[in-house]
Amino acid sequence: MTWLAKPTLHHPSLPTNRLGYTRRDYEGRVSTLCAGCGHDSISAAIIQACWELDVEPHRVAKLSGIGCSSKTPDYFLGNSHGFNSVHGRMPSVLTGANLANRELLYLGVSGDGDSASIGLGQFAHAMRRGVDMTYIVENNGVYGLTKGQFSATADRGSKSKRGAVNADSAIDLVLLALQLGATYVARSFSGDKAQLVPLVKGSIAHRGAAFIDVISPCVAFNNHAGSTRSYDYVRAHNEAVNRIDFIPKRGEITADYPPGEVTEVTQHDGSVLRLRKLAPDFDPGDRIAAMNYVMAHQARGEIVTGLLFADPDAGDLHQRLGTPAGAMNRLDEAALCPGAAMLERINASLR
Amino acid sequence: MKRIEAVNDFVVKFANVNGSGSASANELFAKSILRMGVPVSPRNIFPSNIQGLPTWYEVRVCERGHLGRRGGVDLLVAMNPQTWERDLAEIEPGGYLLYDSTRPLQPSKFRPDVNVIGVPLTEMCNAAYSDPRERQLLKNIMYVGVLAALIGIDPAVVAQLVGEQYKGKEKLLTPNLDAFRKGHRYAEEHLEAALGLRVRRAAAVGDRIFVDGNSAAALGCVYGGATVCAWYPITPSSSVAEAFQRYCSKLRVDKDSGENRYAIVQAEDELASIGMVIGAGWNGARAFTATSGPGVSLMTEFIGLAYFAEIPAVIIDVQRGGPSTGMPTRTQQADLLSCAYASHGDTKHVLLFPEDPHECFAFAAQALDLADRLQTPVFLMSDLDIGMNQRLAAPFAWDDARRYDRGKVMTAEMLESGREFGRYLDVDGDGIPYRTWPGTHPTRGAYFTRGTTKDGWARYSEAGHDYVANVQRLLRKFDTARTLVPAAIERRAAQPTPFGAIHFGSTAPAMAEASGELDARHAHVDTLRIRAFPFGEEVERFIAGHDTVFVVEQNRDGQLRTMLVNELGVDPARLVPVLHYDGTPITARFIIDEIGARVSGANVQPITRHKVA
Repeated sequence: MTWLAKPTLHHPSLPTNRLGYTRRDYEGRVSTLCAGCGHDSISAAIIQACWELDVEPHRVAKLSGIGCSSKTPDYFLGNSHGFNSVHGRMPSVLTGANLANRELLYLGVSGDGDSASIGLGQFAHAMRRGVDMTYIVENNGVYGLTKGQFSATADRGSKSKRGAVNADSAIDLVLLALQLGATYVARSFSGDKAQLVPLVKGSIAHRGAAFIDVISPCVAFNNHAGSTRSYDYVRAHNEAVNRIDFIPKRGEITADYPPGEVTEVTQHDGSVLRLRKLAPDFDPGDRIAAMNYVMAHQARGEIVTGLLFADPDAGDLHQRLGTPAGAMNRLDEAALCPGAAMLERINASLR
Repeated sequence: MKRIEAVNDFVVKFANVNGSGSASANELFAKSILRMGVPVSPRNIFPSNIQGLPTWYEVRVCERGHLGRRGGVDLLVAMNPQTWERDLAEIEPGGYLLYDSTRPLQPSKFRPDVNVIGVPLTEMCNAAYSDPRERQLLKNIMYVGVLAALIGIDPAVVAQLVGEQYKGKEKLLTPNLDAFRKGHRYAEEHLEAALGLRVRRAAAVGDRIFVDGNSAAALGCVYGGATVCAWYPITPSSSVAEAFQRYCSKLRVDKDSGENRYAIVQAEDELASIGMVIGAGWNGARAFTATSGPGVSLMTEFIGLAYFAEIPAVIIDVQRGGPSTGMPTRTQQADLLSCAYASHGDTKHVLLFPEDPHECFAFAAQALDLADRLQTPVFLMSDLDIGMNQRLAAPFAWDDARRYDRGKVMTAEMLESGREFGRYLDVDGDGIPYRTWPGTHPTRGAYFTRGTTKDGWARYSEAGHDYVANVQRLLRKFDTARTLVPAAIERRAAQPTPFGAIHFGSTAPAMAEASGELDARHAHVDTLRIRAFPFGEEVERFIAGHDTVFVVEQNRDGQLRTMLVNELGVDPARLVPVLHYDGTPITARFIIDEIGARVSGANVQPITRHKVA
């Protein structure tokens, strides 16, 4: 981390997006994470994605649990409200926040300890409820803030920095998300910004529960030989199934690819995810096939990355609850209170 | 043999088998007396069971209006062979036993000092109906018919109630009325003057309503503007969320668009339900959860966060006995300490103590205002006795001019005008800071919410002086709460007295009855009904004004007394605990016994009857 204060003056030639904001307007406070931490790259990808998407920073609510990853919402989108909540409980807080005002974008940031151990239940239920959100797990296989204990996503047989071997099976959050009904599921690597930024953009445009598991090496406690979450290991075993271009609805599609090499996913807001196939036998529209593919490749020690599943017509919790189109936190007495005359009728029915 | 003779003042207890359909018949009995203008207070005593275990329904009929449990049974309707012996033992000498005489019983099965009324209910049902389920269900209505004839309930009143209940369901209406009439006719023909208990028309009910506290609390949340309800099923609170759903589906659906102006989520557990409530409160919606003691235990980490992060939340705690199952279907007031000081670190929370469904409604709506005003969790401390029993209460009231108090929320206009915004600054001296809702302004008012590690501007700070300044402000805020919560209500005894009694919640009806009786016995005791925590000045004054103050509670450890000692610095020797905690609702007899015996120089006749009677 650095103790240098960020300069507040912007260079006049910094490019602006359609809202007139520079990329710097999407930044937050200076990170307090270790130099080289994968999490900072993910924060940078979120900043890039929001800037490119012309997201109004104050229309994002960023929520997290507890842990290194959960500290990061302070380090991006400084003009957004953030909530560093309870360990493993971000999904429920985000769900409630989302119910109160569906007009904001909800970004949940969590870690593997936060989501796969203490918060596994809340992770699962947020997925199956279809809460409209982007849920990013910054997955390093280790507890950073408490200095290096294995997390539940650590692979069996992987070694800790102190030499201990993990004897327990790993929880794969991507497979869980697929099984539980998440409608946008991806895995990426913090060191692959070209893949991560469009995946984040696609998740923001998605309506429903969007989950991205981002392998994010911990330089302090999990970047050694014998770790399966180190930069070297992930680079050597990364098996990307597709390359993604995110095309906003107003954008023109310019690049041409031979037929059969590209899959397009048009989401409910009209934006298009253009997927250049890297694995010819992979179809991101088939949930069951995606689970099979991920499991088969992981059995060979490969880390499958890319957009693994997307249902562009997915609904969300609000749709299922039949709530109003606008924010519920704006409803006033006139909309909510049945009034004294109705109460008299209720009284009469209770005599 | 002695016969208890009473008009409009007796207790009937029904002993039934759970799941046999007795609940609606028993309610019909209670309501028909109410319609005769005579107050009743029924209580369910039920097991942790869906079908087969014993369940009881106890109805106190009392024209003088006492709604607390009296204790003792004047007429037992014995429909459950499993509990025959202990049911029989509860009947007052000279009381009555109504039983199904289809199968003859040995004389040794009865008590010589109890008047026995046999009705061949099974035989009559088997003769009249062929469907097995119908035979079982209609037996209940049949004994209501017998009772109506014996006690003097107007059959037209019952017919009207049955008509209301099965409006539009002729298939059910006809056999129910038929069974009622069969029972009624049998009693008229065979049981003349068998019972010395009578109901006589009166005008003692007035405009009061008959409703359970959980429904009332749910309706209070509808009127109070709650839009988000997140909950997890737990007895005895589940019917709060279910009633909220029921009321919302009638009262909160947009007629034109069909949109639901509410969101109800049955969460995966209590941790998630309170998390959702806090997320919604943080984001500007009014939200609540309903739970009981074990749920509060699970929620405590979140409650601490909401206290320090200053997020509105309403928690309806319908209190019950202990963990697991069994006693949890009995009533207690035993969550006071676990709620008042819930969570890690130095925390204190606002508690409201409703006495009946009327206050469940009013306090639920007020809790939503208080939570927004104080930006903190607020507990509505109901209990099983209030929550799951229908109780006669003053009608619900609402003033259409009332506006929701959304508290100190800084708007985009205020931010635009250049008002300084520091999330945790005490700008008004009341300890309550301004907050912003997410999404308010493009460049001003955003902040990062976290626990205690912050300064007045919500910037990350681990500095000791920032921490101290913040938690001292939280104490000032709690002082402000003292002035906003419902004040305690004092009742003066007939004569000046050095004795006082403090009580709260569901003890109220028993205490009111006991006060009158103690006055009549010249054992004068002033009473104070506490309605909220933090305690107002009137509580301090009341204690200061009496040499000895009894603290009447339905828990083992005197939890309210502990709080009074702790918060007000009262000499513990002056606070005498009067505790009732066997799971049955407290009775006036118990209070008179406990207090009357200790009021020195008073002319009290101690009652020797078993305490829980």
